This record gives sequence, structure tokens and C-alpha cells, in this order.
Amino acid sequence: MSTVASTASSHAPNLNSAGGAERASRSGIWVGLFAITMSFAAFSSALFVREGTPDWGHLVLPSILYLNTLVLLLSSGTLEFSRRLLARGTPAASTSAAGGIGWLLCTLALGIAFCCGQYMAWQNLRAQGIYLATNPNSSFFYVLTFIHVLHLVAGILALLYLTARLVFRPGAFRRSLFDNTAIYWHFLSVLWIYLFLLCRMKL
Amino acid sequence: MAESSVQQAHVHAPPEGFIRKYIFSLDHKVIGKQYYGLALVAVFTGMILSWLMRIHMVWPNAKIPGLELLSKVGAPGGVMTPEYYLSLLTMHGTLMVFFVLTNAPFAAFGNYFLPIQIGAEDMAFPRFNMMSFWVTFIAWVVLMLAFVIPDGPPIAGWTEYTPLSAVGKDAGPGMQWGASLWGLSIAIFCIGSLLGALNFIATTLDLRAKGMTLMRMPICTWAWFITSCIALLAFAVLLPACILLILDRHAGTSFFIPSGLVISDRLQPHSGGSPLLWQHLFWFFGHPEVYIAILPSMGIVSHILINSMRKPLLSAKVIIYSMMSIGFLSYMVWGHHMFLSGMNPMSALAFSFPTLTITIPATIMTLIWLGSLYGADIKINSASLFALGFISMFVAGGVSGFFLAQPSIDIYLHATYFVVGHFHMVMGVASLFGVFAGTYFWFPKMTGRYMNETLGKLHFWITFLGAYCIFMPFHYLGLIGNVRRYQSFVDDYMAPYLSWHQFITIAALITGAAQFIFLFNLIYSRFKGAPAPENPWNATSLEWSIPSPPPWNNFGGRHPVVYHDPYQYGVKGSKGDFVMQDSPEALASGD
Repeated sequence: MSTVASTASSHAPNLNSAGGAERASRSGIWVGLFAITMSFAAFSSALFVREGTPDWGHLVLPSILYLNTLVLLLSSGTLEFSRRLLARGTPAASTSAAGGIGWLLCTLALGIAFCCGQYMAWQNLRAQGIYLATNPNSSFFYVLTFIHVLHLVAGILALLYLTARLVFRPGAFRRSLFDNTAIYWHFLSVLWIYLFLLCRMKL
Repeated sequence: MAESSVQQAHVHAPPEGFIRKYIFSLDHKVIGKQYYGLALVAVFTGMILSWLMRIHMVWPNAKIPGLELLSKVGAPGGVMTPEYYLSLLTMHGTLMVFFVLTNAPFAAFGNYFLPIQIGAEDMAFPRFNMMSFWVTFIAWVVLMLAFVIPDGPPIAGWTEYTPLSAVGKDAGPGMQWGASLWGLSIAIFCIGSLLGALNFIATTLDLRAKGMTLMRMPICTWAWFITSCIALLAFAVLLPACILLILDRHAGTSFFIPSGLVISDRLQPHSGGSPLLWQHLFWFFGHPEVYIAILPSMGIVSHILINSMRKPLLSAKVIIYSMMSIGFLSYMVWGHHMFLSGMNPMSALAFSFPTLTITIPATIMTLIWLGSLYGADIKINSASLFALGFISMFVAGGVSGFFLAQPSIDIYLHATYFVVGHFHMVMGVASLFGVFAGTYFWFPKMTGRYMNETLGKLHFWITFLGAYCIFMPFHYLGLIGNVRRYQSFVDDYMAPYLSWHQFITIAALITGAAQFIFLFNLIYSRFKGAPAPENPWNATSLEWSIPSPPPWNNFGGRHPVVYHDPYQYGVKGSKGDFVMQDSPEALASGD
């Protein structure tokens, strides 16, 4: 055994440091996003395989989707405003905190508006007699948009939780949780742009 | 705000009350034991199903007492119908692959020992961890419901190939509701596994103790970490596949069901779907799943062999790099399950090449184990015997993979018993040997008591010889042309080989019975086993630096600091021929 005595490296991560759990949540959110990306990659590759079959047609997307896209992008913007204002001071003691909560409520409203908008898009298709099983294009449209909305609902619940925390227990506010939720939310915006383009070009 | 909100390490409060301690526990050790318990129930269920299948196969008219209680339709008067044979085959495969081979070596041992081995007080997200077990438990309940519904379990096999698995009751018994339960169960299982994998990755990356660099992690920690990366990608693909399958079955979509398909004289009301698409999605998960089953056992076996030999492996780093390359390559080989499914023959070639390439890291690992064992003075006990048995099974079962990886040879061997023998040995038995080795090795840490060695060795020898008696003849039967999934051979061209099957059935009954020795040993030793000290094997990694069984917060509030690589054996330490990872003593240079 030729190993020379070695010491604990000062660069090594440390459970005992206050940041260990926070770093873990940050890793956790990225790892989670990676898994979600992989799931949508699987759906996408299923779409690419399926589009080669003879019954593949064309789906005219409801025009409300353009508005929805704008709403979701705006929500990402308002969330970023909120995040920056809240980062400035403690929630209990500052006007920036009130502003932060205001923008957060805007984000929530826009998020809910997006979900309603997607619902209207589905209703629009149904009114034309286009259902989940009508053709492969509509199947993929409903599946992709529904699962995206499902993820967004999780984001809305997380934002509601954060808002409640900020309003009722500002002392227990965890910035890392807020930042991670913001990363998740922005990811869903980017994911939606990808899905929208995919639907626009392939369906 | 930021400063006031900074959390101390995430540790949860000590558990109070029976429910918090043993049922909805946040403690990774309890969760690990829950996974182990679930795997134990699943493995005995799966084993008894294989007994029933083996008995029916060689004595097709035999009345099996009590079988009619399981299913009046599937086994009228206790005699199994051919369809019910397929139902049991499906449940055997599903239980074993998902609830045993994924749960036991990865989720159970990984949960229990990964945080301790890196010096953490718990997993990064204890609530997610608890959820991952209970979600998995629900998946198991949903799957087992297939036994009690009138429709019975599905008959499509554990791979649930479309289009038959997607069309409903026309495809046969169990395919109306049983197959739906299967799809739902596996979708739920995927969610549980994703939560678990996420936890493993975040914990390994961010909760390591001071001094625990990545390369100072024990080999089994590396194995669990790499496995969790594989699982994250694999289950993230199987989940969408299951969703699309359920939609085809219940929402009338046509992702997997082609046009003009007539089943049971009925034109299926679907069009344009691609049955191959399911195979692609399924095997994109399915092949990495093989490594999800085997990598943790490779890690556990390396960990145990080093301890038993009292010297490091020729190169622990190369073992780790080999596991990484196996993990990476595992995503490029799924098509080798589909050589005969109508893929473009060129793509068969493209999948054959990485499949053969994957044998390189596997061979390197085997050579490192064997080279390290050469001339080693290995301490023989139940744990090291099972570790050695693992290598034997891995090599014997792996060698047949060289043949199957080549499309031209696979044309002949596909869907024969050769394949069944191959994957049972290399993935099933080898992986379980890793679990057995881990159980005998870590039992003293988990309970503070030794397992009985005599019973352990008896268990090993019967299981080792029995596994060869069962699965080696499978290879020869496959070469003869014995196709798999057939429920009986009595009146068929295989009749001359019936005696082989009878031999295999008897071997399976004996080998299966030996597992009850293990079960007895497990329960007996838990209460009556000889008391074990904190570090009974004179081992070096962090789990041996804490009391047995470990306290709820692992290190009792102490923050371990790591000074050494994980395997400082054969050195002069203050306690003997080893120096523990958290011991500050210096190692003599050139020792």
C-alpha cells in the first residue's frame, strides 16, 4: 500500500455547512427538470415515429394558443420581477417585499389564465368535433398540452404555497425554495415554446 | 431575508410514535428496510409462481392443491389452463424485474447505506424518499389486484408487447382489466423510482461529509449513484410509454395499434399505430433496466470482496469507470431486443456493435475481480461466498450474451430458452447473489446481530448448484430449438426433452425450498442471532464507524470527516491491518 496520508480536502462539499441542503435542493430541481425533459423527448420521438404513418393528417391549431404563449412568457417575466424584489430585503420589513408579493400574485393570475386558455383551446377543438382519439395529430396535441398543464398546475401549487408563506409566515421564507420554483416555472415556459413549435410544425 | 432563512442541514426531528417510526418514516434506513421487505414478499411470490409454472409445464394435468382458490377460471379443479400459465409468467416477470431486481439491490440497500457511506444524516429529501416507497407500494398493490379481479392477470408477458396488450379483451383472458392494472402499476412504479433516483443523485452530489470527495466514495456508493442516473433516464421514458398504452386501451387512441388489425375475428377500431413504437420505448427503458438490476450488485460484491481479501482491488477506479461506460452504453443497445421484430436490418447492425462493445467494460471488471482474487487469502463466509458466486453467475450468464448480440446468430436463438437461460443467470440470479451477499454482510450493521453462518453456507451451496442445474440446461434446450413461453411440451416435438424439463423442475423446487432457509435465518437471526460488535468485519467505510443498528440520525450528531480512500486494507493501522476512512491517522508510505 503506497498511499500517503491524505487530509480532508478543503474543497470537498460539507454536510455540516449551512448550504448543504440548499445545494441539494438546487441539484434536485435540475435533476428533476432533466427527467421531465427526458419524458417529453420520449413523447416527441413517439410523435416522430407516428408521423410517418399514412393516417397522419394536419391539425389547425386554435389561435388562442398564441395568446396563451404570450401569457405564459409574461408570467415568467412577472415571476422574475417578484424574485428580484424579494431578494432585496426581508419580507416583513420592506416595500420591495410588498411589490414582490404583488408580482407573485400577477404570476399566479397569469399561470391560471394560461391553464384556462389551454382549456379553451381544447374546447375549441372539441367544438369542431376533434377529440383525443379523432386522429393521431389530435391525440398528440391533447396529450402534450395536457401533460404540460399538469406540470404547470404543480408550479401553481408551489407558488400558492410560497405566497401563503410570504403573507402569513414571512420569517420562515426560504429564498432557495423560491428560486427553485422560479427555475421550474421558467423551464415550463421554455418547454411550452418547444411544444408549441412542435405542434405548429408537425401536427 | 436570505440569511435568516438559511437552513441547517436538512435533518428531521427524531421520529416519535409507531407510525412515524415504522410506517410513514422519513428515516432512510427504515425506508431501505421497507423496500427490502417489499422485495422479499415479491421475490417469494415470484418464486412460487415459477414453481407453479414449472410443475404445470412437466405435469400439465397435475392438480395443484389450492390453485383453484387463486383462480376458478384459470385453474378449474386445480389444473392450470394454458392461458393461466401465461398469466403467471407475466406476473412472475413483472414482480421479479420491477419489485425485486430494482427494489432490492438499488432502492433497499442504496437507501440504507448510501447516506451513511458518504457521511450524511439522511437523504436530501426525506419526504420524497418516503413518498417514493409508498408510491412503489401502491404500484405493487395495483399489480397484485390483477390476481383478485375476475379477469385475472394479463397474459402478455412482462414486456406487454403491443398491439395485443393495447386492444383489450379480444386479446385473451386478463387482457381487459388485468393488462390495464399492469399499465397503471408500472406507471406508478415509474413515479416512485424517479423520486428515488432524484434523491440518490442530489444526496450524493451535495450531502457528502467533509473530505468525502467523489473518488473517495466506496464502490457500492458509486454503483448506486450511477444506477440512479440510469434509472432517472430509463423510467422517464417508460412512464410516457405506459401513458400512451393506457390511452390506446381506454381512450380509443391509436399510438400502437395498426390499421386493419383483426384479433379474435374482430376488426379492431384503430388505425395507423406502430406496434414497433412500443418496443422502442419499452426497450429504451428495458435494457438500461438490466443494468439498474446488476450495477448495484457489482458494487456490493466489489465492496465485500475487498473486505474479505483484506486488500484493495487491482484498480477501483477502473471498476468505477467501467460502470460509467456500461451506464452510458446501456442507452445505445436497446434495439438488440428487436433484431427479429421487423426493424431495418442495417439498424440491427448498428445496435449489435455497441452491444458487443458493452462486453469490454464488463470483461474488464471481471478481469479485475479475478486478478485481484489471484493469490488473495480470502476469508470464506456466507457473504464472500455469494460474492464469488456472483462472479461465477455473471460470467456464465454473460458469455451467452456474446452470441445473442449478433443478429445472424440471434435469428436462430431468439425467443428460445437460450435467451431465458442467459437473462436469468446474468441479470436475475447474479443480481440476487449480490443481494444475498449484501444481506449477510450488512445484517450485523442493520440489526446488531450476525446471521447464522452454517445456515448461510447451506443456503449458498444449494442455491449456487441449484441455479446452475436450472439455468444451464436452458441454454442447451434453446440450442435444440425449445421456444420460450410455451406452457407444455408433452405432445410436441419437444417430447424427447421432457425429462430435461422434469430435472429442471425438480432442481427449481429444491433451490426454491432452500430460500426458506434464508428466510428462516433472516427472522431467527434478527431476534436470536449472536450479538455483533460495531465493526465485525474490520471494514473501513463509514457505515462501520457507527453503532449497530445505527441511531436515527446515523452519526449521533457527530460530523464525520474523511481522510482516506475507502479501502485502506493491508496497512498498519492502530486497530489492525486497516485504517478507517474517518481515522485521522497517517498511513505509512510505501507499506
